[in-house]
Amino acid sequence: MKINKKQIKRAMLGYTFLGPPIIGFFAFTLIPVIASLVLAFMEWDIIRPPVWVGFQNYIRLFHDKDFWYYIYNTVYFVLSLPLGLAFSLFLALLVNQKLKGISLFRTIYFFPVISSVVACALIWRWIYNGDYGLLNAFLKYIGIYNPPNWLRDVVWAKPALIIMGTWKGAGSSMLIYLAALQSIPEELYESANIDGATGWKKFWHITLPMLSFANFYLIITGIMGSFQVFSEPFMMTGGGPLGSTTTVVYAIYTNAFQQFRMGYASAISWFLFLVIFTTTLVQWNYGGGKKYYY
Amino acid sequence: MAVVKKKNKLGTFIKNFFSYLFLCIIGLFMIIPFVWMLSTSLKEPGNIFVFPPQWIPNPIVFQNYVNAWNAAPFGRFFINSIFISGSLTIGSLLTGTMAGYAFARLEFPGRDKVFMIFLGTMMIPGQVTMIPVFIILKYIGWIDSYKALIVPGIFGAGGAFFFRQFFMAIPKELEEAAIIDGCSNFKVYWRIILPLSKPALATLGTFTFLGAWNDFMWPLIVLNSPEKMTLPVGLAYFTGQYTTDWPLLMAGSMIILLPVIIVYVFNQRFFVKGIVMSGMKG
Repeated sequence: MKINKKQIKRAMLGYTFLGPPIIGFFAFTLIPVIASLVLAFMEWDIIRPPVWVGFQNYIRLFHDKDFWYYIYNTVYFVLSLPLGLAFSLFLALLVNQKLKGISLFRTIYFFPVISSVVACALIWRWIYNGDYGLLNAFLKYIGIYNPPNWLRDVVWAKPALIIMGTWKGAGSSMLIYLAALQSIPEELYESANIDGATGWKKFWHITLPMLSFANFYLIITGIMGSFQVFSEPFMMTGGGPLGSTTTVVYAIYTNAFQQFRMGYASAISWFLFLVIFTTTLVQWNYGGGKKYYY
Repeated sequence: MAVVKKKNKLGTFIKNFFSYLFLCIIGLFMIIPFVWMLSTSLKEPGNIFVFPPQWIPNPIVFQNYVNAWNAAPFGRFFINSIFISGSLTIGSLLTGTMAGYAFARLEFPGRDKVFMIFLGTMMIPGQVTMIPVFIILKYIGWIDSYKALIVPGIFGAGGAFFFRQFFMAIPKELEEAAIIDGCSNFKVYWRIILPLSKPALATLGTFTFLGAWNDFMWPLIVLNSPEKMTLPVGLAYFTGQYTTDWPLLMAGSMIILLPVIIVYVFNQRFFVKGIVMSGMKG
């Protein structure tokens, strides 16, 4: 190999620019990732010295009934995703019209997105309050005299969080759809008009196919988001009642930072990685991701 | 001809009527929680039990705001949040643009390999690294400090990726001319590339700032003392002490939301554009 002065100079220059990012990358990404892999084979409460336990954490994970219940909770949140996306698409179609004052509505719909999730969770906890909450007051007013105590009810706590999540996030998906809608070439609709297509036909055969990239993006980020829901259950239900709103990330938090089971929590976090990785891969190969990025 | 036109006019009218109807119903759904927060925060504590609920409190009291402000150091939370989110944003823009410039413009051995490793780790969720980073910070004594919130957040691979893509779209001729004139690469980066990237800096900066401002889990894990807390953790801490005093809690939420509301109302066009850009390309 020929190494000349110029090449060394170039390398020096390149790594000077990359220096700080690489140091940070080693300290806060690469080393922690490796440490986490090792940690998942240990039992450690940070106080006593760590004990090597082999695959024990993973074995325990697969036999942990509570853990599978948390997976079920998470899947429940994932399955509500299409409903939320349909709502966001409806919003996008509404605000994509040329009407007076439409930007005011866009501003209002986007409002919950930028609001602090902790404050929003607090507001909704008060709305869902079983005795004096706004929602039950309204239900009683329209004649439902026996409304559930939303956040304290095993059946209703999850739907309650989903409604709040839709309210909080619909505006951001709406904007992605809106951008996609506005990039559909007008000519497609014009030629459809000449062929005499109706509104519905245009929607099914032009609009929806042209939105497939937005759908792809929103479904992937939505699935990842569902696994990582944390602030809402932390602030509103504490993961309860009876663990019915505990998500995978919530379980990582309680195991690591409340019960100090660092090894077990690391094993859960690798399980989370595997799920996210597989979903993305499946989406990529069968959901049509390839054609958007290449 | 005239009949057809009339029919179309009627059709448009009906269509617009239903559009506005739906727009308003959904608008109400979006806005009512905030109105309810405002309304509750102005009530006397006993008045929240009244059925049907009062939208306009009688009497209107501001005492809850005074009490909330005195019960927790909200001013301090606010300053902490600004300092932490601000430093994190500036720091991550700096490392992100430096790495992005190296990846996009400089040619040196190992560049593409390093870039692939950077990219590969973007797939790993933050929860995987969270536990070891916590342990590292504990050993170097950074737990319960601002550094613990700022420093690890500065080095995300996302910024490097985002700026690499952006810099590649800048025409090379500009820099080549400058280099022929004897400009160093650092000067090119600082005087040419960065000024040309103002929109990208503003977009990613806004979202980094907003992300840090609203971040909850990490500050919750590394902070213990109230005087170091950011607004979201501060609010959670405050909530833990006054669990059922709803007017007080709503006043606290209002105090937290107000700065964001003001900034948003004045810059909403920018926000809306930015999220579309970062959402589709980042």
